[in-house]
Amino acid sequence: MFEPVLLKNIEVANGHLLSAYEAGGGYQALRKVLSEYTPDEVVELVKQSNLRGRGGAGFPTGMKWSFVPKGGDKPKYLCCNADEGEPGTFKDRIIMERDPHQLIEGLAVSGYAIGAETAYVYVRGEYVTAIRRLEQAIAEAHERGYLGKGILGSDFNFAVYIHCGAGAYICGEETAMLESLEGKRAQPRLKPPFPAVAGLYASPTVINNVETLACVPHIVTRGAAWFRGIGPDKSPGPKLYCVSGQVKKPGLYELPMGIPLKELVEEHAGGPLPGRKIKAVIPGGVSAPVIPERELEVGMDFDSLAAAGSMLGSAGVIVVDDSTCMVKVATRIIEFFHHESCGKCTPCREGLNWVVKVLRRIEAGEGAPGDLEQLDMLCKGIFGNTFCALGDGAAMGLRAALKHFRDEFVAHIEEGRCPYH
Amino acid sequence: MSMREKIEQAAAAYPDQRSAIMPALVIAQKEHGHLPGPVLEEVADILGVERIWVYELATFYTLFHTEPVGMFHLQLCDNVSCMLCGSESLLTHLETALEIRKGDTTADGLFTLSTVECLGACEMAPVMQVGDYYHGNLDVARLDALLDSLRAAAGPPAGDEHASQSVPGK
Repeated sequence: MFEPVLLKNIEVANGHLLSAYEAGGGYQALRKVLSEYTPDEVVELVKQSNLRGRGGAGFPTGMKWSFVPKGGDKPKYLCCNADEGEPGTFKDRIIMERDPHQLIEGLAVSGYAIGAETAYVYVRGEYVTAIRRLEQAIAEAHERGYLGKGILGSDFNFAVYIHCGAGAYICGEETAMLESLEGKRAQPRLKPPFPAVAGLYASPTVINNVETLACVPHIVTRGAAWFRGIGPDKSPGPKLYCVSGQVKKPGLYELPMGIPLKELVEEHAGGPLPGRKIKAVIPGGVSAPVIPERELEVGMDFDSLAAAGSMLGSAGVIVVDDSTCMVKVATRIIEFFHHESCGKCTPCREGLNWVVKVLRRIEAGEGAPGDLEQLDMLCKGIFGNTFCALGDGAAMGLRAALKHFRDEFVAHIEEGRCPYH
Repeated sequence: MSMREKIEQAAAAYPDQRSAIMPALVIAQKEHGHLPGPVLEEVADILGVERIWVYELATFYTLFHTEPVGMFHLQLCDNVSCMLCGSESLLTHLETALEIRKGDTTADGLFTLSTVECLGACEMAPVMQVGDYYHGNLDVARLDALLDSLRAAAGPPAGDEHASQSVPGK
């Protein structure tokens, strides 16, 4: 029987307060590492757990931490990516609103591991409640000695600051986030150097997602073997799945990594709305290629979804039923990427503008012969040729829609109208 | 605390004053409602940074407004999850009820209507943000009730004799 850990406090009354977090065993992981582990041992523990980053890319967290150079005269920074702008995704907001101390403990343990004394939590500015609760939790943690100087009688000093974003999706890209934190327009940096070597203020910097950091205290208290024992070997652990769209029970579900997408949607989230059938599911936020209904047996983990031609991404699962036009869905997704393109590189800035115009024309019943070939060509020109993954995400999503639902695009062009309107 | 003091306090979190531009703009926007040129210049002066650095941030991020917005900024999410749950018809309803188009402000300055990209609350789609608050699982009836409560919170329109008569003691 799977036991949720990341969401165990979510329904607790006043679960955002320190008293509730401590009553559930909170901050025991921080006590444990400060009294029993060296920083290197914490890194090793996280490596053994095989925790892979929950922000989208799935890079092994312990390995990322181990890239931070030892010593040196520059301060080391920990940045928490709480920008959460991927449509379909809301897991980090719920952790920050209802269990912010879980994140703060994760930050403190992770900061100890990498040798950082300062952390910035980059939260999207729209998340006003999350920001307020985090501010309150940081103040409580300071007062109780979980943050500040000489934490719990050790020689570890650690401060957490909140940095509010201001409505730019690109800030979720780690180097663009660093630019934004430095007070510049959020545009991605060329890599290398990678942030672990030269990140914030050109200092060694680790950037982890909220959910990733929330996993860390549980790995400390329950052990790496416990974590590895959940889900597939190559992507283990508990996972938060955000389910939304045309489904009976949208919501946040904590289940083992690797759970079949069909089980998640049809059993846990209640299946399609009355009288409807599922047509397609976007499994990992809008940059994840759409999966048609016939392929929903795929496991919800990094490797299974990659093998199926999609990706876990942010695990923002969007359910689309048979009443919906896939051209309209694809158009709205590309409109999003077009709107959010930072403008730094030409394939993304100009290419997505072109793609949006063609898609809007097709959806309006004004498509022309050759439009689909032109879209194929534009995807080829964008994918792999952009500065960051934003353009890739757009191209991948459109390619999948064109592959699985080409008949709908053709119907729009041939009939000169949207068959769903 | 004055705006300058608030900005200086926020800036203490960073080793570089340039990092404090975004927090300073948040503070300034709360203070002034929007960010006209003189306010941007004041922010630059307080932080001792180049004015162009402040301008380039104020025009890059969508939460910063260099033009005035209404007392209530209705920000309806119309991204995929909200679209699938009916945000289009809600936008049409809002445009009809407020007698404005998306992007406009009502003549009385009470409401500005915008559509926005994902608000990160897809579990309660369709969602709209008004000020600091999210309103989810919206339908036409809930929207109307919300508009009524916002109008009530704004108080009676200036010069409305019936409204002024209903206030005891005045």
